[in-house]
Amino acid sequence: MSLDLALLPDGGVSWMDASGDHSDIVLSTRIRLARNVEGYAFTGRARDGERLRVLTQVRDAAREVESLSHSVLLRVDELPPTDRLLLHERHLVSRELAGLDAQHPVRSGAAVFLGPDVGVMVNEEDHLRLQALRSGFGLPAAFAAVRQLDRELGSKVPYAFHDEFGYLTACPTNVGTGMRASVLIHLPGLVLTKEMSKVLASLQQMGLTYRGLYGEGSDVVGNFFQISNQTTLGKTEDELLDDLVRVVKTVIAREEDARRLLLRDAGYIIEDKVWRAYGTLRYARSLTFDEAMNYLSGVRLAVGLKLISGLSVYTLNKLLIFSQLAHLAHAEGRALTESESNLARARYVRQTLANEAATHD
Amino acid sequence: MQCDDCKERDSVVQLVQAVDGTLKELHLCEQCAAKRGVESTVAASPPLGEMLQKVQAQLVMGGGSAAANARDAVRCTFCSATFADFRATGRLGCAHCYGAFESSLRDLLRRVHGSGRHTGQRYEPPRPDALQRAVTLGELRDRLRRAIEGEQFELAADIRDRIRVLE
Repeated sequence: MSLDLALLPDGGVSWMDASGDHSDIVLSTRIRLARNVEGYAFTGRARDGERLRVLTQVRDAAREVESLSHSVLLRVDELPPTDRLLLHERHLVSRELAGLDAQHPVRSGAAVFLGPDVGVMVNEEDHLRLQALRSGFGLPAAFAAVRQLDRELGSKVPYAFHDEFGYLTACPTNVGTGMRASVLIHLPGLVLTKEMSKVLASLQQMGLTYRGLYGEGSDVVGNFFQISNQTTLGKTEDELLDDLVRVVKTVIAREEDARRLLLRDAGYIIEDKVWRAYGTLRYARSLTFDEAMNYLSGVRLAVGLKLISGLSVYTLNKLLIFSQLAHLAHAEGRALTESESNLARARYVRQTLANEAATHD
Repeated sequence: MQCDDCKERDSVVQLVQAVDGTLKELHLCEQCAAKRGVESTVAASPPLGEMLQKVQAQLVMGGGSAAANARDAVRCTFCSATFADFRATGRLGCAHCYGAFESSLRDLLRRVHGSGRHTGQRYEPPRPDALQRAVTLGELRDRLRRAIEGEQFELAADIRDRIRVLE
């Protein structure tokens, strides 16, 4: 079985359409709820047969869940590795569900429901990871959607719940609300003005944490940070969300201040830097992923500062996703070596920017 | 000031130790301090997994003692996981492990989350008559296999009886 991306609602990329609030700084908002089905060992300890029964039970229940009525179910365990990587690059499944790490090969029963508004990973670290992904800064809307799904699914499938500890999860760091709310935010201003370490230190004091572009265990690349709540127990969902909203608003304001400061005190240096980044992306013949990310960060900053016009944030978001390895291979219709993918990446970026420039000329 | 151990990084921790009756002062960086089992309070945002490992490491301190060994041997009757399994993987085997390891977990949860009590959304389970599934033979056989692997023969006998009734 191979993956037909056209089957996915919106190709699974509506979250990057740049329609949400503050979308020049905040790429996307994600909320996930970890839930386990009563009566089975957690995924890591469950046998193949148990995981398949969890999947069958959830699939049967999902037929009556309104929130999933327009979703498709993908058996991740039946997909070849390149397709699993593709879903991960699109931020639709985690590394663990896609079985991309040697220590966590893909498990039987690993599956994902993908809908236009919400999705569910099945047999990830927990039996169920309910998630909502939104463009820009949109925590309340994302929470409303995932909470609705939670209520509907939880009325059909019995969750493991404990009076004192709340929703029970495989890892005690997720127990309680089981909620991880995060925003993917682009902070080149704070990085360039060397304010970032202070911001990150203050995040921790607020009970928040940060990660790279792909969540847990990923490096920070292209000045993209994923800010999320660190604790899940002892606060209500609303309290956790309020804390995150408050802090992210402050971070956005500080980022905007940093950008103003940069323009005022180092205007020509910044201008030169971002145009060089644009020039490289527009004309380079070979680009590594990290290179592309860093130059795209520069160009994104330039668009935010209105130094470059005629280039949409949506196009930049698309470049971010479609210049990744599995996406390039998918477009070329074959597996690529590293040097081939660098050439394919440069070609894709060059053509996209040339097309965008032509439509705005 | 340079770290006395690695002589590379800046020191952030001052450690005073009594060695052979005299006080010795050590200046250590975060990593070297951690190697000596000292936690610095200025640690930069550790990922959650790391934090959990630290807490687990603290739980292990005093390891080898009779109490620690007894705690490690506690076994969940549903999935047969032991507390030692949890310490090794950082993941619990099933929902019932929360009951089996309750006292150790309560302490850990307080350290990780700053609280041990859920105050968020409550869960209303589906009414039993709305549930399509009963415990199936397949599930019982899985539990039987786990019980035998965990050498829990009394539990295994119970499960075998239930399987016979269903068959």
